[in-house]
Amino acid sequence: MLCRRLNRWLGGDESRVDSRTIYVGHRPSTTEAFIPPKFCDNRIVSSKYTVWNFLPKNLFEQFRRIANFYFLIIFLVQVIVDTPTSPVTSGLPLFFVITVTAIKQGYEDWLRHKADNEVNKYPVTVLENGRRMGTESEKIKVGDVVEVNEDETFPCDLILLQSTRDDDTCFVTTASLDGESNHKTHYTVPDTEKDLDSLSATIECEQPQPDLYKFVGRMHIYKTDREPEIRSLGPENLLLKGATLKNTQRICGVAVYTGMETKMALNYQGKSQKRSAVEKSINAFLLVYLCILVSKALVCTTLKYVWQSKPGQDEPWYNQKTQREKETNLYLKMFTDFLSFMVLFNFIIPVSMYVTVEMQKFLGSFFITWDRDFYDPEIQEGALVNTSDLNEELGQVEYVFTDKTGTLTQNNMEFIECCIDGFQYKYRDAVSELDGFSATDGPVSKLQEKAGKEREELFLRALCLCHTVQVKEPTGRGQDHTDSMAGVDGMEGCPPPHEQTGFIASSPDEVALVKGAMRYGFTFLGMESKKMKIMNRSNAIETYDLLHVLNFDPVRRRMSVIVRSKSGDALLFCKGADSSIFPRVRQEEVEKIRVHVERNATEGYRTLCVAYKKLSPEEYARADADLQAARLALQDREEKLIAVYNQVEAGMTLIGATAVEDRLQEEAAETMEALQGAGIKVWVLTGDKMETAKSTCYACRLFQRGTELLELTVRTLEDGVRKREERLHDLLLEYHKKAVQDVPPTKPGGSRGWSKPSQDFGFIIDGASLSMVFNSSESSSSHYKNLFLQICQNCTTVLCCRMAPLQKAQIVKMVKCSKGSPITLSIGDGANDVSMILEAHVGIGIKGKEGRQAVRNSDYAIPKLKHLKKLLLGHGHLYYVRIAHLVQYFFYKNLCFILPQFLYQFFCGYSQQPLYDAAYLTMYNICFTSMPILAYSLLEQHICVEVLLDNATLYRSIAKNAMLRWVPFLYWTLLGVFHGLLFFFGVRFLFGNPALQANGQVFGNWSYGTIVFTVLVFTVTFKLALDTRHWTWINHFVIWGSLCFYVIFSFFWGGIIWPFLKQQRLYYVFAHMLSSASAWLVIVLLILLSLLPDILLVVLRKPLGPRARQLSENCHPQTFRLQLLHHYPTNISRKESSGGHEVVEQQEQHQQQEPFRTSFQSGP
Amino acid sequence: MSKEENTANRPDNTAFTQQRLPAWQPMLSAGIVIPGFVIIGVAFIGIGVALFVTSQNIQVLEKDYTGIETNSSCFKCTNPRVKNCNCTINFSLDKLFEGPVFVYYGLSNYFQNYRKYGASKDAAQLTGDLAYFTEPSTSCVPYQRDAKNKPIVPCGSIANSMFNDTFKLFQIVNSGNVAVPLDGKGIAWWTDYNIKYRNPTTNPLKNAFNDTVKPIFWPRPAYELDTTNAANNGFINQDFLVWMRRSALPNFRKLYRRITEGEYAKGLPAGDYALVIGYNYPVKAFDGRKKVVFSNVSWMGGKNQFLGIAYLVIGSLCVVMSIVMLIVYAKFKFPDEE
Repeated sequence: MLCRRLNRWLGGDESRVDSRTIYVGHRPSTTEAFIPPKFCDNRIVSSKYTVWNFLPKNLFEQFRRIANFYFLIIFLVQVIVDTPTSPVTSGLPLFFVITVTAIKQGYEDWLRHKADNEVNKYPVTVLENGRRMGTESEKIKVGDVVEVNEDETFPCDLILLQSTRDDDTCFVTTASLDGESNHKTHYTVPDTEKDLDSLSATIECEQPQPDLYKFVGRMHIYKTDREPEIRSLGPENLLLKGATLKNTQRICGVAVYTGMETKMALNYQGKSQKRSAVEKSINAFLLVYLCILVSKALVCTTLKYVWQSKPGQDEPWYNQKTQREKETNLYLKMFTDFLSFMVLFNFIIPVSMYVTVEMQKFLGSFFITWDRDFYDPEIQEGALVNTSDLNEELGQVEYVFTDKTGTLTQNNMEFIECCIDGFQYKYRDAVSELDGFSATDGPVSKLQEKAGKEREELFLRALCLCHTVQVKEPTGRGQDHTDSMAGVDGMEGCPPPHEQTGFIASSPDEVALVKGAMRYGFTFLGMESKKMKIMNRSNAIETYDLLHVLNFDPVRRRMSVIVRSKSGDALLFCKGADSSIFPRVRQEEVEKIRVHVERNATEGYRTLCVAYKKLSPEEYARADADLQAARLALQDREEKLIAVYNQVEAGMTLIGATAVEDRLQEEAAETMEALQGAGIKVWVLTGDKMETAKSTCYACRLFQRGTELLELTVRTLEDGVRKREERLHDLLLEYHKKAVQDVPPTKPGGSRGWSKPSQDFGFIIDGASLSMVFNSSESSSSHYKNLFLQICQNCTTVLCCRMAPLQKAQIVKMVKCSKGSPITLSIGDGANDVSMILEAHVGIGIKGKEGRQAVRNSDYAIPKLKHLKKLLLGHGHLYYVRIAHLVQYFFYKNLCFILPQFLYQFFCGYSQQPLYDAAYLTMYNICFTSMPILAYSLLEQHICVEVLLDNATLYRSIAKNAMLRWVPFLYWTLLGVFHGLLFFFGVRFLFGNPALQANGQVFGNWSYGTIVFTVLVFTVTFKLALDTRHWTWINHFVIWGSLCFYVIFSFFWGGIIWPFLKQQRLYYVFAHMLSSASAWLVIVLLILLSLLPDILLVVLRKPLGPRARQLSENCHPQTFRLQLLHHYPTNISRKESSGGHEVVEQQEQHQQQEPFRTSFQSGP
Repeated sequence: MSKEENTANRPDNTAFTQQRLPAWQPMLSAGIVIPGFVIIGVAFIGIGVALFVTSQNIQVLEKDYTGIETNSSCFKCTNPRVKNCNCTINFSLDKLFEGPVFVYYGLSNYFQNYRKYGASKDAAQLTGDLAYFTEPSTSCVPYQRDAKNKPIVPCGSIANSMFNDTFKLFQIVNSGNVAVPLDGKGIAWWTDYNIKYRNPTTNPLKNAFNDTVKPIFWPRPAYELDTTNAANNGFINQDFLVWMRRSALPNFRKLYRRITEGEYAKGLPAGDYALVIGYNYPVKAFDGRKKVVFSNVSWMGGKNQFLGIAYLVIGSLCVVMSIVMLIVYAKFKFPDEE
């Protein structure tokens, strides 16, 4: 999409081509007219506004929001039509809101301008005609050769031409792009001229596209006397803008993408906005209130004309109409009257609610970032909040979709055992012998002579060679690392120093395998100009030429290398998943290894099979040519490469298999159990094998011993003679009967999980079967999908294995769109989880080992899985309660604010006479009642966090948007109506005799309004105080402060003749009110009477509330706790202490646990 | 790895950031609420009784003098063609009407709180700004200028419709009628009289009103509102101030006079009285009623049964509810006693 749009902008010929051509150095000396292609300059413009367009553009964008637009309309009506309240009353809050937003956005844009300038004015060096020219970054054009020094960032996307390193590589860190701080190796274009001045070449490459990891291009190098040479360009040749050069003194590269076309800039696009369920509720309520508003205005307008039709009422002698009024058309008058009433009652929908909600979300999200429980000492980071719009959604999650590797498990691989030719080698055996490593003469004895020495060594060599692991460079720079390391390695008998942290790889499996091989005596020493060095058991160094790397991809599920040994043989080593290796090796070898692989898999280990093949020179030559050709292809390169790979990786010999353990994340089982206790259904979506995934599920206690597993996998589908489709149909029906129809109907209200005594079901499905469910013939597809969904929804846990990333998203989408549209949450750590993270309502990234893509695309990122528990049960619950209360309270307080004004119309001849003074109308939402609710919505903990975490069931009490459904809304609305009626009529009866002062003087209409308003402000604030369960000093300050402010303001407002006011309506009204004992008494009376039902409700709910909770605590969680105690003795202290809500004690507990936790982590 | 490095990214361990601010967690338990309700109930009943008794002790005498009924003495005055009509209402007190007695006039079905009516005045004019004497605000329309386009001062509906019935009270004694002195001072808010409304500083006051006309409905110009007291004229005329403070509801009363002087300061002794009304103000057109009210006041103002009854009801409600709660809790055996 974006590419296409960009293409359109570029115009001309470019728009029709899929690639761009860049001329490097001298122009081709052709006689034909040369039209330099137009590319954009290297200016980064991330700012939205300029000084000139800021005001109109910003205003336009702000008024595109429906709420702002509504208030603008109200304001305009007030300006145009003769309305009861001055335009200031709605104009001022609107102006305030707009200004604050504009200032915030302007400031952000100013920061962006500054950052842009910093980037654009950055000094760079460009090589031009052999001279080095200093210039500014923004002046770089496509085709310029740019020089970059160490630790500088690249000013645009460059093709690496020259590096000061001997091996034509350079190191780069892309920390600012994707957060991966490891050094990545990039390669120069092979065989380019050393002298860049004389370089003359064209580069053809694809149009800019945002994928950071994809790049396809071709470079034609023209030499004066020879045919142009063609080199393929891949992502390994491309240095991205924003990345930093490391460990390399200087590089030169040619700019291919500049400015807004760089991959960094293309990735800058914001993600699509996710909206929370609460927002939808707000909109629904808004609609209701809008209806109330309109109907109020309609009622008043109608009644006004009915009332006026009575003789004498329309125009009494004391209040005659003006000439203009008499002449105005009746219907026009009615319409303006209607508008006037709308304006008078418009305060029922407050501007400030949006501001407050947004502020609450923005400020509230800081508590997640600040939470020390989310801090992980290992990676030294805490949680990250990418969007604050979804805080409350965390309290509403019904489905959790979790990745397995790196999420449920640590992705911290440990080599457990291997099997060579069917003989098993336990790593445990080797541990003791590691000490005897220096005994160089007995390699055979170490492996206990199970397989032949030849095969053993071949296997270990395969482990050492078949990978893409890098040896981490020591702190010294550049070239000397291999020397120094060789020096260390040369010392006999010392284990290599880089045993713990020495390797960097994209996947931790590979490191585990290389380390495993090291345990057995084969050490990978590193790569040096395409030569792989390994040290064998006799401490001799073997070197292999690395000819080709056939990269790993999730579709093939294997990777291979082709190396040339000293002897000149070309060898292909291949490792991969059993399912992808077994069909490609000779079948007679498979059986003896399959047993081991399957046994290992059921134990929860990750298994890989290793195979090799000797390539004859002819075979190699053909493979080499094919690979080169495929790599040069500009179109469909991926497909062509895979075809060649499949062709090369055939007819191999199976050597053995490895088993690597992936440990469970800390507290994974506890977290999962807590989630299930909270009524959340956990689905595991993994690309891993079924057996491995199943064992992980058992280990996490997602499956329990009593769980009946319903399997829908290729295996269960294929045991019959019938066709797969039929079998699928039968199985689905069978499972549906079992899990859906035969289960006694559970009580509505979400009492699922372990509170249900009946049978638990677990469902297992694999990718192939899933695609059958989704893609079977048209008619049955939706039926199958339905069956599948129903089965899944009745199972406690669903395991989907062998999933492609897109299938993960498909599943999330299916659940998301199912009946009741449940709130989904996806959690994952790798690039393969991004699709589901983006798809789910809430996406959570784990700051794991597989890079940062997941974190970048997530809404929230946490360091460990165990933090999910507090994020949902603690923060999520609190945020939900806070925002739900905030929303309901806002509607309530505006209803009882405006209702007296509505009622007053019945007593003032429907003349739109405002009850309150304009200042009160304006300030009510901005000053008098805004702060307490904001403080409440930030600080409230109706149940303290520790209790929430210990009683997962509490999470169910707010499930399904419980606090924002129509019943609670109705309660709040009725409360608002009750209060409004009370305020108005209470004062109305008092004013039966307006002589309320001790000196017999009477009160007028503004006194009436002020008394009502005083009662209103106090009641509304006290109502909030009554709901506050957690009084910090801030709450005290804000609640009592607001009331004090109201009183002081009223004195002040009425105490001075304000020169800018036309009418001093409230002059000394408040003071006179306070001098009247009756006013005091009625205020106290009405406040108390309004709060009485609430107090009663709180008190009468008490005897039922805690009892119900005690009951549930006594039955189920008790057993739950016992289980925990049994499995996690370390948690005893915490569990027990949480009974008392002592904050200090809790902190001590934390501190005590800290050292234990860290030691636990750094242990293995 | 140094310790500082280790904690660089670590969030601050403050009570605020960790949401561990020391907090008071009030629990509305039965132990607090039941005694609280009893105390509140008793207090309210106490206040209620005091209010009720006070209100009961206030004497009120209301006399409707609209003259709707044909046998009413004021009936003759309801004809709009009759000018300077006087009517008399006789009443007798059988016991002392305790002083100080306040005289109110009351109007009903009179919408002083009508928005257009309320806006129809010129605040600047009323603070004595002479510039607005010649150019009254347009908000006063249709009482901004008269037919000859002369500015009306004070302009606007409120001023124009000022109440202009007059009352004179006589005690009928053997020797004839004794006038009861009515005190017109201190009937308006002190702040209105002294600060909010100001006369122009012109001396004599009359000159300020040159080239202006009196409100159409007024019998006399503003500077001659009170012929007996020169200081009580213009915009700070107390009757004018009382009228300008708009009533909140369509049935209202406004303070007219106090009886604070002479022997009547202690109250109106038992006997026969005659109230002579200068009947000028038409209310029949809009179905209004006029009345005159004699009342004495207490610390809570005029007579108002509502407050006392409300307090009594709420107070007893509290007590009843505390009893109900006690029963409920006794049944549940105080489950929240931990």
